[in-house]
Amino acid sequence: MIAELGHYALVLALVLALVQVCVPFYGARRNDLALMGVAGPTAIAQFFFVAFAFVALVACYVQSDFSVTNVYENSHSAKPLIYKISGVWGNHEGSMILWVLILSVFGALVALFGDNLPARLKANVLAVQSLIAFAFYLFILVSSNPFLRMPVAPLEGRDLNPILQDPGLAIHPPLLYVGYVGLSISFSFAIAALIDGRIDAAWARWVRPWTLLAWMFLTLGIAMGSFWAYYTLGWGGWWFWDPVENASFMPWLACTALLHSAVVMEKRNALKIWTILLAILAFSLSLVGTFLVRSGVLTSVHTFASDPARGAFILGILVLFIGGSLALFALRAPLLKQGGLFAPVSREGALVFNNLLVVCACGAVFFGTLYPLALEAVTGEKISVGPPFFNLTFGPLFLSLLLVVPFGPLMAWKRGDLLGVAQRLMGAAAIAVIGIAAAYAAEGGGPVLVPFAIGLAVFVIAGALTDLVERTALLKVPVRTALARARGLPRSTWGTAFAHIGLGVTLLGIIGETQLGAERIAELKPGQTISIRRWDLNFESVSERQGPNYKEFAAQFTVRRHQNGEVIGTMEPSKKTFPSRGTGTTESALMTRGVGQLYLALGDPNADGSIPVRLYYKPLVLLIWLGAVVMVIGGGLSLSDRRLRVGAPKRARRQEKGGGALQPAE
Amino acid sequence: MRLLQSMVVALTLLVPAQALAVQPDEVLSDPVLEVRARGLSKELRCMVCQNQSIDDSDAPLAKDLRILVRERLTQGDSDNQVIDFLVARYGDFVLLRPRLTMYTVLLWGMPPALVLGGLVALIRIARRRKAVGAVNPGKPEGGQLTPAEEARLASLLKSGET
Repeated sequence: MIAELGHYALVLALVLALVQVCVPFYGARRNDLALMGVAGPTAIAQFFFVAFAFVALVACYVQSDFSVTNVYENSHSAKPLIYKISGVWGNHEGSMILWVLILSVFGALVALFGDNLPARLKANVLAVQSLIAFAFYLFILVSSNPFLRMPVAPLEGRDLNPILQDPGLAIHPPLLYVGYVGLSISFSFAIAALIDGRIDAAWARWVRPWTLLAWMFLTLGIAMGSFWAYYTLGWGGWWFWDPVENASFMPWLACTALLHSAVVMEKRNALKIWTILLAILAFSLSLVGTFLVRSGVLTSVHTFASDPARGAFILGILVLFIGGSLALFALRAPLLKQGGLFAPVSREGALVFNNLLVVCACGAVFFGTLYPLALEAVTGEKISVGPPFFNLTFGPLFLSLLLVVPFGPLMAWKRGDLLGVAQRLMGAAAIAVIGIAAAYAAEGGGPVLVPFAIGLAVFVIAGALTDLVERTALLKVPVRTALARARGLPRSTWGTAFAHIGLGVTLLGIIGETQLGAERIAELKPGQTISIRRWDLNFESVSERQGPNYKEFAAQFTVRRHQNGEVIGTMEPSKKTFPSRGTGTTESALMTRGVGQLYLALGDPNADGSIPVRLYYKPLVLLIWLGAVVMVIGGGLSLSDRRLRVGAPKRARRQEKGGGALQPAE
Repeated sequence: MRLLQSMVVALTLLVPAQALAVQPDEVLSDPVLEVRARGLSKELRCMVCQNQSIDDSDAPLAKDLRILVRERLTQGDSDNQVIDFLVARYGDFVLLRPRLTMYTVLLWGMPPALVLGGLVALIRIARRRKAVGAVNPGKPEGGQLTPAEEARLASLLKSGET
């Protein structure tokens, strides 16, 4: 009964979505406020119906109702409750339900918090948003319905893929989907602006918080997925340039470019056409990602099921939205008036340069990901494009971008002084040189490239700090005054600094993990010892355990300091086997030392009782994800800037008339 | 890339020899050969896996390929000879870094073409804007003053001084 109610709620959402596409759009053409006003309530109602469908599906999973095909195929009665719930989106149908749920949440949020939008813009935005929702509801109902029943209800389910039975599944997809789907808002705003043929700086201000929110969640989602791969796959790989990873990385890059170009549009009313195009591209890349992952054209752990009918349907959605939006863009973009001019060397110029490099890097990833597919379709020739290609193309682009990152925020608007900025960055450069020397000394005359890469990361971090130090005049005025100035700084300035510092921190982590680590691979029997850098690991014993739906084989290791034999802890890597699927997982053991980690994983035991073990020391590795967290904090700070808060600009303006602001408005 | 490779070699040479194996029974006794084998392994695809190199993969085929690479190396093949041998056997699909052929010219050419195209487009746009500012003498564009305005400004400033 619950499944049928969920199914019905989804049908109602579909009908509502159609109403929300037609009525407000027609109302906007007729300038009829009543018709345009329909969009708000329908968006909120859509959210309730989709939420109901989602809860209904969760209920089927929690009750282990195996008469529902989707539950039978992906769940097991003995599975822990958290995996029963997260298993809802651990399969194709359920993940699509999560997708539309988040889409409807965003629609409802625009309806609720969009009071300050002009009526026509709001109506158009919600109509476009609803068109996307309509296409995906239809897709779910026609080809991916999770509520279908089995002819005969089986007694037990087939269980979820063991690799997915991990807390990562509860967090990673929802974060990523909020990011993907959040970009639909910027897309809808862009299309609405094109339909109206009107766009101004206020548009950028309305779009920016949504884009920022999507960017924060994408960043977190990608970092979380990378960390999950790191601890779950058994050799500590955290990024593989896998097509599915690229599918999430491309929207992130486009979204990063969009954030930067939207700044120019908001402050200087320039780059309008480009910003609109980026908003379209960012969401298009999200759709391409969905197509790549869901259609089964790729083989990957993320591809739950491959079905040509689904692929064709998603491809249809893709062509409709990307083709349609680009056609509309070509038609309307020439009508948009260009705004303020600026010299090539200026803050705007720096942001344009950022856009050039980020978009080209995104293009390199795009071609590397899709080229093998296209080549095989056209010529039948099969090639592989793997990490070496991406390291060679993406790497140089992104490293040169990092080199100029510190210059951007120090540049003046309209016309900048490159030499002056370079002089102001001398301190940061000096710190970077010290970093290079220190890294070179610590490495004991090893390869030269690594210290330079470390120097680059230090330069990015120190450069971002330079901006803060200058604005607070930390080195020139008493500390108390500097603190007061720090409080007066716009939050977006802090946001910029944090995001850039995060980039540098992540780069440090990447260098540490890829270049400075150590690796041991050996076959050990209980009682034997393996050493790595400053630690000795003694293999004590093995044990077996029975979990709720798996068997576990574990090995116990004691970790000692090499110098004095002091015990600093134990590590217990294990292997799990899941009888319901006949497969297993490798559970590596991790021990954190500072920001580095010891990483220990087991192979399959040999006949003579010895076990192959892989032991890694990965220095600085945690910085990869800590850097992402710092970036997200930067995004959050920027989001909390008062000019972006709903209704805040009005109040702020009133205050400004009273007393002068301490800092010039950024 | 050469530089990166030599860097990896130099780094791994600092590590004692017994560690240099993906599986303990695959180790080559010669650490220099083993480093070359590891480097090659990272460039070769495990063809039954989901986008993994044979260096990363646990699949039996990957192990066979790793051993094959090591056999060829011990027989005195150069890195390129090993790669040629594997391509002859398995096709270009085995290479994670596609070779430059008529099929991959577009692939390798696209990223630099994008950067160059972008730069050229930016320069042209910047020039056109300057030109637009120059041919519209009546209208001020952005922060730039037209020559007529400059002259008027100069005369105003002069009259103010006296």
